[in-house]
Amino acid sequence: MADIALGQVAAKPAMREATAWERLRANRNWLGFWFMMPAAAFLILFLAYPLGLGVWLSFTDAKIGRTGEFIGVENYTWLWDDSVFWLSIFNTVLYTTVASIVKFAIGLYLALLLNERLPFKAILRAVVLIPFIVPTVLSAIAFWWIYDAQFSIISWSLRHLGLISGNIDFLGDTWNARWSVIFANIWRGIPFIAITLLAGLQTVSPSLYEAATLDGATRWQIFRYVTYPLLTPIIAVVMTFSVLFTFTDFQLIWVLTRGGPVNATQLMATLSYQRAILSGQLGEGAAISTAMIPFLLGAILISWFGLQRRKWQQGEGND
Amino acid sequence: MTRITRRALMAGGTSLAAAAALGGSSLVEWAKAWAQSAPWQPEKGAELSMLRWKYFVQSEDDAFVALIDAFTKATGVKVTISRESYEDVQPKASVAANTGAGQDIFWGLYSLPHLFPQKCLDVSDVAEYLGKKYGGWVPSAEKYGKSGDKWICVPICYSGNMINYRLEASAKAGFPKIPDTTDGFLEYAKAMKKNNTPGGFALGHASGDGNGWVHWCLWSHGGNAVDESDKVILNSPETAKALEYAKALYENMVPGVASWNDASNNKAFLAGEINWTDNGISIYVAANKDPTKADLAKDMDHSVWPVGPVGKPTELHLLYPVLGMGYTKYPQAVKALMAYMVEADQFNKWLEAAQGYLAHCLNAYDANPVWTADPKRTIFGQAGKRTLTAGGRGSVGEKAAAAIADFVILDMFAAFCTGREDVKGAIRIAERQLTRIYR
Repeated sequence: MADIALGQVAAKPAMREATAWERLRANRNWLGFWFMMPAAAFLILFLAYPLGLGVWLSFTDAKIGRTGEFIGVENYTWLWDDSVFWLSIFNTVLYTTVASIVKFAIGLYLALLLNERLPFKAILRAVVLIPFIVPTVLSAIAFWWIYDAQFSIISWSLRHLGLISGNIDFLGDTWNARWSVIFANIWRGIPFIAITLLAGLQTVSPSLYEAATLDGATRWQIFRYVTYPLLTPIIAVVMTFSVLFTFTDFQLIWVLTRGGPVNATQLMATLSYQRAILSGQLGEGAAISTAMIPFLLGAILISWFGLQRRKWQQGEGND
Repeated sequence: MTRITRRALMAGGTSLAAAAALGGSSLVEWAKAWAQSAPWQPEKGAELSMLRWKYFVQSEDDAFVALIDAFTKATGVKVTISRESYEDVQPKASVAANTGAGQDIFWGLYSLPHLFPQKCLDVSDVAEYLGKKYGGWVPSAEKYGKSGDKWICVPICYSGNMINYRLEASAKAGFPKIPDTTDGFLEYAKAMKKNNTPGGFALGHASGDGNGWVHWCLWSHGGNAVDESDKVILNSPETAKALEYAKALYENMVPGVASWNDASNNKAFLAGEINWTDNGISIYVAANKDPTKADLAKDMDHSVWPVGPVGKPTELHLLYPVLGMGYTKYPQAVKALMAYMVEADQFNKWLEAAQGYLAHCLNAYDANPVWTADPKRTIFGQAGKRTLTAGGRGSVGEKAAAAIADFVILDMFAAFCTGREDVKGAIRIAERQLTRIYR
């Protein structure tokens, strides 16, 4: 019996060796590679390549319509000694820092408020979104009128109330112009933060609040030890985006001041555009854009490592 | 060589007026006749696209559209026109030049073609044809039009940037007209402010009005950004004097001019908030069009710029050059359209429709009735002859274009006038920028 059985086995054709192609086809890593390809191609084509090209351009004397030659760090050397460039860095950092902090504070406050039981809650939430829905250029034009040296509604109202005698020079005075554009940015940016944080707040389980209340926690303690820690991941994401959007803001400034007066509101993005596209100095404009990268990386790193390093997020115990 | 005399041109203008009365068909008939004998025959199946600055005077655009329609009917070449704010034509043209894709024709301002001269279609034959036919180009247009010996654009027209002022308020201040000299003009500004009827020039990033007045101020005092060999010579006692003068003027302007863009003074003047400024004729045209502003139109006039210590006019008016891109598939059609735009039979009509906003670059058009029909328009016809070019004493190439686009001179004046920098600081910063651009 055993022989017969063995004989039958021996009679079966020998197992064929899988070809390399078949092994490759069955290989999950190889398959994974191909599934990743579209995304990778997309990222390379639309993100890495333009970024790399921009960095390369910054090392050339490219002008519009001319490829340019490699000139090393000459563009950066000129920028190093360029007071307008340094002023644009100062303006950008000031603009981003002040606007981001205020947007976060007011956005969080609004999110907490809208998370409460309020009458007409749905309508209120929709209203909060309005500044974000209006196209930036339109809201910028509205602000342009609001800040106009001759026709400002604010100046007009204050004059009629007898509080001021002459119009406020919103966009003509260096610091007035800076605060004015920052205010416009804050107005526009709050809804994004408020609504996103509100979404985050709604994921917090009510049982945690109930437990905290039973333990006799005050409202501040509830916020500090329950809401805030659970909201941190979403704060990290929201603030990263908010800082990036603010740092690279262009439309608002361009419509309101075009970087004036005397470059007092010139941001790195607007200066880069002015030099690269309007003046045709592509290389120098690219150098200004490239100089933005370390700041942006820094902002991202602070957000992610500063706000997201809690161990519980990686499934470990809380720190 | 065909010489067009003043009389012939007037006759042409008259026949055009008659043609206009008859409707557009005669324009088409003329266009057909022109197309048959034109030196440039469009390629078979040619289609063109054109980006032009967005009009300031509606009737100018209407006449332009009629002109293009007639061209299409006569030649079969379909022309698609897009319009952008005049400051946005430059970036779009730049991107098109860089990528080799976009409209065939760009109609922008100042020395736009000099930002990418090697990408522009060589239109020397068109420019020479027009120059010969219409009494020659004004010198500034020739300087703007050529890169080396080659014409890289056809200078279509200027837009005069003149002083606009209110008659009654000025007379009340003791100045029935704008003084001829810079010193006199400062006295005028002081008197106007004293009477609580001030005016102002833009010190914000206003490409046209802002650059116009600061370059006048610099040049009128003998200051210059660069010399004939494009060497930066901004740091001079003359520049310092120009800055001091501008500050004295600024102190007598309406508050807020440091924030003004090109549109700010228009709306302030039309609202009666200011009594003098620099602008094209668009304020006057808008006032004439609006029945509620009839009194304002009646009470305003225009003046050429006062002459400074250098003793001659030092004005900067906007040039609108049209350029064809080298990548166009239909170069003959592009050239035909460019030549056609400036041919007398429709250019005269177009000038009239623009009501003084467009001023010619070809001498023969001095005779167009638009310059005499209303005396308030007359000086705008001289814009081409009075203007200096964007680089001042220097070349009109890409460096001059870059300096203007980067607001180097404008920011120097704004920095000093607003007290942000002292004379030396303001000049030093601008000199540094110019050295960078002219390196």
